[in-house]
Amino acid sequence: MLKKRIIPCLDIQNGRTVKGINFLDIRDAGDPIELAKRYVEEGADELVFLDITATNEKRKTLVDLVEKISREINIPFTVGGGINSMEDASAIIKAGADKVSINSAAIKRPQLITEIAKQFGSQAVVLAIDTKFENNEWHVYSNGGKIPVGLKTIDWALEGEKLGAGEILLTSMNNDGTKNGFALDITNKISQQLQIPIIASGGAGTKLHFKEVFEQTKASGALAASIFHFGEISIQILKTYLKTENILIR
Amino acid sequence: MIAIIKYNAGNTKSVENAVKRLGFDCIITDDPSEIKRANKVIFPGVGEASTAMAYLKQHQLDKLIVSLKQPVLGICLGLQLMCKSSEEGNTKCLGIFDTVVKKFPPIDIVPHMGWNNLLETSGAMFKGISQTNDVYFVHSYYAELVKDTVATCNYILPFSAAIQKDNFYATQFHTEKSAQIGEIILNNFLSL
Repeated sequence: MLKKRIIPCLDIQNGRTVKGINFLDIRDAGDPIELAKRYVEEGADELVFLDITATNEKRKTLVDLVEKISREINIPFTVGGGINSMEDASAIIKAGADKVSINSAAIKRPQLITEIAKQFGSQAVVLAIDTKFENNEWHVYSNGGKIPVGLKTIDWALEGEKLGAGEILLTSMNNDGTKNGFALDITNKISQQLQIPIIASGGAGTKLHFKEVFEQTKASGALAASIFHFGEISIQILKTYLKTENILIR
Repeated sequence: MIAIIKYNAGNTKSVENAVKRLGFDCIITDDPSEIKRANKVIFPGVGEASTAMAYLKQHQLDKLIVSLKQPVLGICLGLQLMCKSSEEGNTKCLGIFDTVVKKFPPIDIVPHMGWNNLLETSGAMFKGISQTNDVYFVHSYYAELVKDTVATCNYILPFSAAIQKDNFYATQFHTEKSAQIGEIILNNFLSL
């Protein structure tokens, strides 16, 4: 049986992990490679590296880092953050990333999804959508959640699938950082209506939240950053718990 | 020396890195003499079947692959191209394995993406592998079961997760991305 994926997200700035925890046996929590390896050992099913530097001068640092990750990590990983063009995507994939995640650039120029999918396959394109519930509807935001785009989330997700995205990474801005759980309603709606896998993101605070999102939606995976970084939940303990709750877990 | 066949299907970096992590030397090449000379050949691939086959033909790699005598490992699209045909782009493939590649019926999420467990494993590739082990898959097309199937997997329907015939080995899953289990399987092949 296909398993649900647990996906830690690492925020990267100038080639370093930000808000890293201090695992006792990690010498340098700011080293993305060490932290990533630790997550792999704990049983992470996939990793996401989100570059929050996203300035052109720092691009090279990111590509170097992706090469290093690819040499050291034996599970799939996605790289996102400031990927604006085919050239950006190509450099990251050629450096060894399995997938690129695109967000604002796809809103600006939806054709970018198709271009990357044609060149590298749909499985390599993750459409990241930041969504916010207001006035009784889920809307899409761009530029790190700063700018309302004027699109309904369900419409943009369906459009992204049609354009060739292989997966949707759905982050609820209402839930992100609250630790009150994932946005079950929109995650369920989108995962019911799309054919491609949906990764739920934003709001994970307890083990129960992961159980909920897998029981109450068709999400294929769940992503979290801070609860793993700060060691509030270890991936190993989370996965053991989910197994005892009869969720299909590796 | 291990040769990884260079062609237009996806990038070969992950496979190269995985081989090197296991301590083997490898080159990525489309040079027929280098491929022939290698102890083992890996035929990876992520991408679209008809485009990949067209490229192989254009570079006469199709005839070369079929004629190889050393152990050859196809991965993902590599496995599919080693079958008789693929529904993807209605493609005639290499015909090494006596089976066909079809698209998953859209009754569940397609692609089949993520970790799934192997069933009924047998043969040299799966030495030390128990059937409860999960490996990483990403594909929308699958090879039907055949007598040479050496591992099956179940998603929507049972399909060939690995096939082995003579010196030709192939896995639908990404050995290079399947954590320690993938490393054992890849190492089993590289140590043949």
